[in-house]
Amino acid sequence: MSNDDILLQVEDLTTSFRIDEQFYPANDHINLDVYENEIVAIVGESGCGKSAFGHSIMGMHHQEQTKISGKIHFKGVDLLSYSNTQLNKVRGKEISMIFQDPLTALNPLMIVGKQIEEGMKYHTKLSKNKRKQKAIEILNEVKIPQPERVYSQYPHELSGGMRQRIVIAIAIACEPSLIIADEPTTALDVTIQARIIDLLKELKRRMKTSIILITHDLGVVSEMADRIAVMYAGEFVEIGEVKRFLKNPLHPYSKSLLYSLPSKNNQGEKLHVIKGVVPSLNHLQRQGCRFKPRMNGTDDSIHEETPTLREVEKGHWVRCTCYKHFHIENSHQVVEEEKDDVFQGQ
Amino acid sequence: MTFFKVNNLKVYYPIRGGIFRRVVNHVKAVDNINFELKRGETYALVGESGCGKTTTGRTVVGLTKATSGEVIFNNLDLTKCNRKQIRESRREIQMVFQDPYSSLNPKKTVYDIVAEPLRNFENLSKSEEREQVEYFMQKVGMSRDSLFKYPHQFSGGQRQRVGIARALTLKPKIIIADEPVSALDASVQAQVLNFMQDIQEEFGLTYLFISHDLGIVRHMCNRIGIMYKGKFVEEGTREDIYENPQHIYTRRLIASIPELDTDQHQNSELLRKNIEEEYQKENDKYFNEDGSVMDLKPVSDTHFAALR
Ligand SMILES: Nc1ncnc2c1ncn2[C@@H]1O[C@H](COP(=O)(O)OP(=O)(O)OP(=O)(O)O)[C@@H](O)[C@H]1O
Ligand SMILES: Nc1ncnc2c1ncn2[C@@H]1O[C@H](COP(=O)(O)OP(=O)(O)OP(=O)(O)O)[C@@H](O)[C@H]1O
Ligand code: SF4
Ligand SMILES: [Mg+2]
Ligand SMILES: [Mg+2]
Repeated sequence: MSNDDILLQVEDLTTSFRIDEQFYPANDHINLDVYENEIVAIVGESGCGKSAFGHSIMGMHHQEQTKISGKIHFKGVDLLSYSNTQLNKVRGKEISMIFQDPLTALNPLMIVGKQIEEGMKYHTKLSKNKRKQKAIEILNEVKIPQPERVYSQYPHELSGGMRQRIVIAIAIACEPSLIIADEPTTALDVTIQARIIDLLKELKRRMKTSIILITHDLGVVSEMADRIAVMYAGEFVEIGEVKRFLKNPLHPYSKSLLYSLPSKNNQGEKLHVIKGVVPSLNHLQRQGCRFKPRMNGTDDSIHEETPTLREVEKGHWVRCTCYKHFHIENSHQVVEEEKDDVFQGQ
Repeated sequence: MTFFKVNNLKVYYPIRGGIFRRVVNHVKAVDNINFELKRGETYALVGESGCGKTTTGRTVVGLTKATSGEVIFNNLDLTKCNRKQIRESRREIQMVFQDPYSSLNPKKTVYDIVAEPLRNFENLSKSEEREQVEYFMQKVGMSRDSLFKYPHQFSGGQRQRVGIARALTLKPKIIIADEPVSALDASVQAQVLNFMQDIQEEFGLTYLFISHDLGIVRHMCNRIGIMYKGKFVEEGTREDIYENPQHIYTRRLIASIPELDTDQHQNSELLRKNIEEEYQKENDKYFNEDGSVMDLKPVSDTHFAALR
């Protein structure tokens, strides 16, 4: 991958929400590159700022409630410098989003077929008949049974999983070059999930579409994504290749995340949990390591500083002070040794 | 005495068409299902999107009307009860909703949302109420300073936890949990699942656990019913379903579980392909000529499958 292949370059992005007259960052100085023809997964605890990140790229935050700084280069231009009219030309056509929350993303008063056609109406010159034909094709692609019938149904007449597929259909209608997929398969059963995964991968293969995949399902990450970025409390704490990450996660948060999955071997037993909760935005301690309050037995002398993201192996970035104090060659060992502390959680 | 039982339940929704949107047909969302919940167990309803799981749950709590059939609880048929009886049973059967966005009233604070069932059913003093709300909010891992915020100020997972706290406040006997953790990341998911197991012991709860995550179902549930297009295709204990699945649809579900180990991707792809082929080829073993599901036949004392 060379720099020429960079489709999206997020630089020092900070997105803050207003809470009682003050603004608190939900994304704090974030950097991420997304290459052409690449699927990058973003995972992290509920409330860590994944959707906020996606909404920033889409330019959809409420203007008075939100402050954004930094740069979001898409195909070389900074989207944050765009006016709303300029953004409207990009949104839905070049970049589209599969929203986490299908019910509020859909217009309750419009049949779903028409909602799929909206983007085509705005961005293409297709005739009315062609649009309808294409909408039905797309419904078919997202595995909606009886697409002709569903075309003229209203959102409330569909099951949760069907609604989610309508939202996917809307997002892919104009064949964008970047899709931000916020939990695209959460409401789907595994058989349909498997088909949607195939569909999105096929889209990537066919049109070199890049996808930012926000999900908490590490199985889906494993089957779909090329790279993974782990977010904690508004910052990326680990970025790397999926294959390597799953075999050898380095950040203590990533490690516990993998450790808390139910598996054949812990049926009926208590699952591992990370003690404590993510503090809310206005109570988050922003000095030092943000994960520290949730770890046991850390040595204060090496954890006073604010850890930065460091490249510990080629393409594998970790935000953890340990790497500052120990040799990269030793890094795995160090975290291994710490494991007991981390997992004392409960 | 039966604790809870669903007999021959059917729920049909009208399909409207034409300019006047007249009823032209019906969606058979739930089409003649039977199952029983034993006190203290966790029973899973699993199945493809649109197969009628939510509809079943909503009908059990009385939010959707049954077309026919019975829902027996406390020796009463809930589909034929009077208002007062329904009110009592509502209290004892609570539901955690699938969609954490639309199920919470956006105009109310989280505190009021969680306290609402208490206000409807119990006569608590302000301080008792506050104590209860704080207790359950803390149980679902929400910090105290979130109490007086509004739903839109929370992430999807946080809202789901509010929904669970709300369902718990009345200490019901049965909780219908519709995809309770599907919006949550692995660590919070683990927290909520552990919590659900803890309170199950503490309060002797019975769960009807609706989920499409077969990993979680294996972890949580004693018995499992697999639904397909409004009907059951298989029912059995956890071992029956995972170690000895009979229906092709069940096997398809199990094969579709996303594989975490990247080295196994080729194997699981192959398995999926084989099952898909069998599904095409041996269709008549599992489905009637018109594509409908066969009747359940016993495989063992605990295990039933819809086979010829
Ligand atoms: N409009 C808003 N006003 C104030 N705070 C907000 C607003 N929207 C989100 N937040 C807060 O910002 C943080 C990040 O929220 P976000 O929705 O991005 O989380 P998420 O990572 O997508 O979580 P989930 O996995 O649960 O969807 C959370 O603490 C949330 O409570
Ligand atoms: N209010 C309604 N009016 C008409 N049809 C409906 C209504 N609610 C649900 N349906 C239909 O009934 C069927 C079952 O829906 P239900 O919501 O019970 O599915 P589900 O198993 O919960 O699916 P999912 O996993 O996607 O949530 C679907 O075909 C759906 O389109
Ligand atoms: S820097 Fe220290 S406290 Fe933070 S994650 Fe690493 S080991 Fe834990
Ligand atoms: Mg989100
Ligand atoms: Mg449902």
